[in-house]
Amino acid sequence: MPPAPTGPDPVTDSASAPAVEVEHLVKRFGDFTAVDDVSFTVAPGELFGFLGPNGAGKTTTISMLCTLLSASAGQARVDGYDITTQRDEVRASIGLVFQDLTLDDYLTAEENLRFHAVMYGVPRSQVAERMMPLLDMVGLTERRAQQVRFFSGGMKRRLEIARGLIHAPRVLFLDEPTIGLDPQTRAHIWDYVDELRCRESTTMFLTTHYMDEAERCDRIAIIDQGRIVAIDTPAALKAAVGADTVTFATADDALAARQLQDAFGVEVVGQNGGLVVRVPDGEEFVPRAFGVLTVGVQSVSVRRPSLDDVFIKFTGRAIRDAEAGAGDQFKMNPMVRGFRRG
Amino acid sequence: MATHSPTDAVATSASAPDAPTRRQATLTRNGRTIGMVWQRELIRLRRTPTRIITGLAQPIIFLFILGAGLGSLIQQGVPGGLDYQEFLFPGILSMSIITSALFSAVSIVWDREFGFMREMLVAPVSRTSIVLGKALGGGTVAVVQGLILVVAAPIVGVDLTVGRLLLLILSLLLLAYAMTAFGIVLATRIERMESFQMVMTLVLQPLIFLSGALFPLQNLPTWLSVITHLNPATYAVDLVRRSVLPDAPAVEIDGWVVPMWTEALLVLAIGTALLALAVRLFNRTD
Repeated sequence: MPPAPTGPDPVTDSASAPAVEVEHLVKRFGDFTAVDDVSFTVAPGELFGFLGPNGAGKTTTISMLCTLLSASAGQARVDGYDITTQRDEVRASIGLVFQDLTLDDYLTAEENLRFHAVMYGVPRSQVAERMMPLLDMVGLTERRAQQVRFFSGGMKRRLEIARGLIHAPRVLFLDEPTIGLDPQTRAHIWDYVDELRCRESTTMFLTTHYMDEAERCDRIAIIDQGRIVAIDTPAALKAAVGADTVTFATADDALAARQLQDAFGVEVVGQNGGLVVRVPDGEEFVPRAFGVLTVGVQSVSVRRPSLDDVFIKFTGRAIRDAEAGAGDQFKMNPMVRGFRRG
Repeated sequence: MATHSPTDAVATSASAPDAPTRRQATLTRNGRTIGMVWQRELIRLRRTPTRIITGLAQPIIFLFILGAGLGSLIQQGVPGGLDYQEFLFPGILSMSIITSALFSAVSIVWDREFGFMREMLVAPVSRTSIVLGKALGGGTVAVVQGLILVVAAPIVGVDLTVGRLLLLILSLLLLAYAMTAFGIVLATRIERMESFQMVMTLVLQPLIFLSGALFPLQNLPTWLSVITHLNPATYAVDLVRRSVLPDAPAVEIDGWVVPMWTEALLVLAIGTALLALAVRLFNRTD
């Protein structure tokens, strides 16, 4: 089955085959369609992000790509292997860091890594030489002989990342890798991820509902209610939203509003005790505004469009509202239920 | 559809000039995985000493309290000229093996509940290897626990020669093998820990009470005699008993004394069938 490219893509037009290639993937649970005709490609070495509220279908998509769930329709290849017919090859090529921990608490950090290495066929002679630098990278060298149940949440997550890398996967899937962690630990984990990308050029596939994490991606796909509503670089997506938001606080808002309207023909909105103007280039607009304003300005701020704005533009609502609306029954990781009567 | 034999994997891959090497690698990986899963069960046992202690408490209570109490009631002893406690000893060993082998499968339910199962399921190893590792691990744990009880043999008047001890170990291994497989079959069908505990209690009591572990099967009312003879565990318990007490009354079917090797084959066959079923059920996932 020759894969029909769904469309030219600036990032994947390189000579090398895509690391992940998804075509019209669908997953239904009964009447509910969790993933609805999703297509995209991820280039080798790319940091690709899936951004969307809980229940949008991010984890379900990852589960299918990792061969933990079978697709209802469509197809996908990971590292060139078909997720339906070449499951073992796919599994050998990928690393996984789940949002729920999958460590054995009664094993030590080292035993957890060793167990993993055995299952992924890392030669016995290489286990130690691969394990030590990874433990070092995640700062657990000194705790390596301790049972994991004595670890903090952040340490466990770091160990999971090390474990996901010990068999040198071609594609590393990170499903909400920093969920529930404190900001400091999150920052640490991102340092490791960056370091890894520099050193190993591993392709990374990330899901998140944190905007700042999505910002770090080379490209992101915004997913809502099982569909991809936008896919591009963060910068391009934000540019598509357009306007910067400039907020003024002045001594006389009514007068200031009139002056700005007269001079630039822009729409001025009173909001939260300030004046809000939306213009293409906020930083360039501010000095010009000062030129026409005769009232005292107490403060001014320029805000570039955020991915939040992007999300609102494409889905019509903020990501947090979308989350409250989405039923949480499918947020419950479908992968956990991976193994029950068939 | 989740079954992946190494041959499948090689056949479907786009280019397979190195097929034999890859098949070899797959075999090695699966073999090492079985060993690792087995080892993990032992490590976990070692790190939860309470499990060993609670596993020993019940058989010891049965052997010494029930044994002494009922023994004083049964003055004429058990057929075959045995003292009741002596008769009870291999029965208690069997009971201990049956209990811990069945319960060892709780680790499957446990792994599923705490996520580690997923770590194993996404690995490029066959699920058969995982089941085999679990079965080996559970069986080993059960036999180790059973063998600790062997030190009680002289106290209750059972003479152990080296030959009898070896025969005993073999019988216990067979029993543990079949019961671990049975436990895994149950575990694949049960999703929650609480249900597992309940089902186990429900299964264990009739299995043990109707197996001749606690009382001789001779001179029972007909209905009870029929049920005990239908219980496969009966033959395993009888095998264990006769390997340490050659004078013990053997199971008879219509006057035919069932030979020990027949019992051994029966237990082996049932265990293998159960293990095959466990592998099938475990493979059928999504």
